[in-house]
Amino acid sequence: MTPGLSAIALLSIFVLAVFVGFEVVSKVSTTLHTPLMSGANAIHGVILVGAIIVAGHSDSALSLTLSITAVVLATINMVGGFVVTDRMLEMFKAKKKPATATASKEAK
Amino acid sequence: MNSNLYSVIGLIAAVCFILALKGLSSPKGARRGNIIGAIGATIATVVVFFYNDPAEGGLKNLPLILGAILFGVIIGVPAARKVQMTAMPQLVALFNGVGGGAAALVSIVEYLHLGEKASGGAIGATVFTVLVGCISFTGSVLTFLKLQELMTTRPVVFPGGRVLIALLLLAVLGAAGWVAVDQGSNSLLVLTVLSLAFGILFVLPVGGADVPIVISLLNAFTGLTVAATGYVLDSTLLLVAGTLVGASGTILTRLMASAMGRPILGILFGAFTATPQAALSAADARPVKSGSPDDVAILLAYARRVVIVPGFGLAVAQAQHTVRELADLLTAKGVEVAYGIHPVAGRMPGHMNVLLAEANVPYEQLKEMEEVNPTFSQTDVALVVGANDVVNPAAKTTPGCPIYGMPILDVDQATNVIFLKRSMRPGFAGIENELLYEPGTTLLFGDAKDSLTKVVSALKAF
Repeated sequence: MTPGLSAIALLSIFVLAVFVGFEVVSKVSTTLHTPLMSGANAIHGVILVGAIIVAGHSDSALSLTLSITAVVLATINMVGGFVVTDRMLEMFKAKKKPATATASKEAK
Repeated sequence: MNSNLYSVIGLIAAVCFILALKGLSSPKGARRGNIIGAIGATIATVVVFFYNDPAEGGLKNLPLILGAILFGVIIGVPAARKVQMTAMPQLVALFNGVGGGAAALVSIVEYLHLGEKASGGAIGATVFTVLVGCISFTGSVLTFLKLQELMTTRPVVFPGGRVLIALLLLAVLGAAGWVAVDQGSNSLLVLTVLSLAFGILFVLPVGGADVPIVISLLNAFTGLTVAATGYVLDSTLLLVAGTLVGASGTILTRLMASAMGRPILGILFGAFTATPQAALSAADARPVKSGSPDDVAILLAYARRVVIVPGFGLAVAQAQHTVRELADLLTAKGVEVAYGIHPVAGRMPGHMNVLLAEANVPYEQLKEMEEVNPTFSQTDVALVVGANDVVNPAAKTTPGCPIYGMPILDVDQATNVIFLKRSMRPGFAGIENELLYEPGTTLLFGDAKDSLTKVVSALKAF
């Protein structure tokens, strides 16, 4: 799919991604651990891309059945994951207003 | 579409995912980050349809694929929209499981497709994906069943369980080796079936309170599975996305384990090793001070500072809105109110925060354990709602008890402690809580929501 990458190149990308992942995730605030998990969940839903590719190149009935099942499952994972994360984060955001309101009251 | 352009777009999508995770470092930018992630995922999905692989040509079976996507959306979106916040852990577990299942299926199809052309690396990655993906799939489905209470939430232990799980693990590894040598489809089928079975056995002995750690671990598993699929398919996007998720799951798993003060393996396989709880001491007959909602309301109204410690009992009783109402009333009376959140309160990491956020509690009032613990000595009332083990001083004072070493919220330092409890039954870990018998402790028995409602009305009348 990304043509012409050697195993070494892929390994390098993997190792660098490990460091980026640890760096970014360790800064996530404890309050947001549930959205982190469901957001990360949605991100691995990108396996949909792989599912579409193998489905598009399937010749046999078996391969096609398996890969179409994978497309359905991956779509549920990806779309559902982003929607539910958005719902949660919306709640965290909505409370911003009353909080700043009390803060400004205190300032007065 | 040119393959360089295709790769660049994949890279953009990967950057979107990193930004999505980065957005979560504060509640402010979090929602925007998630939307950026969703855009990245959409771009990546759309672009695939326009790419002609030089070796394979364009995609076939388009109507079926588009139909399958539509079907997935029809199932996924309503589920995500309707779910109760208390039911969030099981939904996340389910989404995680289907992702792992999808990754395993993709690898299986690609393996069959490659046949003899498969490189050693691709076979290794396929074996890994099938093994871990299948474990993640059945493990997550079982976690879902437990959390949804479609089956018992207690650890399921049976004689010889440890031996069976060890044998199955050996069989799974054996099958993995067989696939590597034989490179056929029969061996892969055996590996698939054994891995699915292992996923079930792996989660069966885990009890409800340890579920947060299992969800985190399975999340990491699925991430790594997707990364390995990226290796098989030569896709940097899948590789990066999967690795990010693997990192996040690993971090959360470690955090959860340290919040429980136990090693990860001990939590996963503990149920097989734990000796049955020794009969509780004759403490049952000891007197406790139980109060009426009016007593509690008076205590709270005269306090200067109140810390509310919510546990899963709050979520079970759906009492998060009533707690907020109580906190608002107290704040209006000039009482300083904060929430002390233990990292493992709830059924998944950070679950309690989401429940309170749903009830519009300002997130500034949600204090983490390290932040709130030093303040208990200046706290007049600690109001413990449906929590027990996370405030049990035995974790500090009684070496050898199951929760010894677990960091706890130091509510015993507060002048008064009020427990809202259903009964005198000990918490999940099954340990007596000495704090209940302290002179400064008042107990209010009953369903958390009912009790809180009564306290609220008593406070209003006050």
